[in-house]
Amino acid sequence: MALSLPTTPIAPTDDVWSVSRLTAAAKRLVEGEFMPLWVRGEVVACKPWPSGHWYFNLRDATCQVRCCMWKRDAARAGKPPADGTEVFVLGKPAIYEAKGEFQLNVSRLIPTASIGLAQQEFERVKALLHRDGLFDLARKRALPEFAATLAIVTSTAGAALRDIITVARRRWPCARLLVIDARVQGDGAVDALARALALVNRLDDIDLCIVGRGGGGREDLAAFNAEAVCRALAAVRVPTISAVGHETDISLTDLVADLRAPTPSAAAELALADGREVRRQLDDLAARMAGALGGRTRLGAEQVERAGDRLQAAMTATLERRRQRLARLSAQLDALSPLRVLQRGYAVPTGPDGRVLKRQSEFTPGEPFTLRVVDGSVPARVEPR
Amino acid sequence: MTTIADDLARLEDIVRRLEADDVELDAALALFEEGIARLRAARERLAAADLKVQTVLEEADGELRYQDLDG
Repeated sequence: MALSLPTTPIAPTDDVWSVSRLTAAAKRLVEGEFMPLWVRGEVVACKPWPSGHWYFNLRDATCQVRCCMWKRDAARAGKPPADGTEVFVLGKPAIYEAKGEFQLNVSRLIPTASIGLAQQEFERVKALLHRDGLFDLARKRALPEFAATLAIVTSTAGAALRDIITVARRRWPCARLLVIDARVQGDGAVDALARALALVNRLDDIDLCIVGRGGGGREDLAAFNAEAVCRALAAVRVPTISAVGHETDISLTDLVADLRAPTPSAAAELALADGREVRRQLDDLAARMAGALGGRTRLGAEQVERAGDRLQAAMTATLERRRQRLARLSAQLDALSPLRVLQRGYAVPTGPDGRVLKRQSEFTPGEPFTLRVVDGSVPARVEPR
Repeated sequence: MTTIADDLARLEDIVRRLEADDVELDAALALFEEGIARLRAARERLAAADLKVQTVLEEADGELRYQDLDG
């Protein structure tokens, strides 16, 4: 049997890739491989386009990479960096197919120097607030056990508010949330937050105040480290929770508030009682009450049980178990009520002063008294002896 | 206006007094009836399950305006 020789694709016509196919494959490889990452480098030739997008190169001693930053992200970054500025960028490596270029799609850009400045400012404000006693543990107030009305200071457009509403619906839907909208990052955020916190003191019947925002980069949380915001928070007259969604960094509002929550959802959990827990508590009280009065009126446990069973049978099966238990207990309580006793044909005599007449000695011959029966009362008189 | 907290505190009080066994029967009955009413009220409060969310705005003249927030 003759062996067939393997053919190697040496002829260009055998297996030819188009440029599009090649770049598409490279794009898949590069974009599939990298998650967004932080890169440090020096900005060269940053060019803001009329469209609002920025294009620049990022370089170190030996290499450089094309960068582009879309309008929305560029707007958040402030002014375009001058040539030679050293920056951190958060970017996702990508291939621009039309030009076959490898580039970095940048979503955040922070001059390395500003990190240092922000840290210095943080330490300055922290020392000042510490000196003025705003972090003192003695200042910390306890949260109310059953907060009914909460003031929420955050951006109405943010995820924080949605998260708080979700938790409140689940835990304590009889609550009322009063939301004071404030910018939480960028220009004007410090003023907006301080003003919103001052407004909290003008609201009536507030039990608690939550100030916060969802997660963000370190520089996005700057307003929560601002002196004016911290002092406004300290001046809030009700207990406060600071919920600045950032896992690792502590903001200064966290230190000033009566309680720090890691996220807005957690703040709502801490602020509001759990309705299920309260229902359990009510069950418990109902059972104890029935037990106590059951002993007093010597109504047998059996009778109580029967009343409960009747009610249970009448209940629809769709009611949740806990509601059933509570309703059953209430029914048992009703069965124990003196009104039910009257329904069975008993009557309660009361004197002119409304007191129950229990002994022979309490009835004076010739004197009037009242018989309380199931549907009202009957005037009566003791026969003269 | 009473609150759930008031209801729970009063119920605790009622139960303690009923359990103490030194209350006159008519007083005990009155306490018991109040207890039932309190239980019902507390349960209804918990069942009134419509979370109220409002935004508060300060008008130019300094007045506060409350507005229901949908969602």
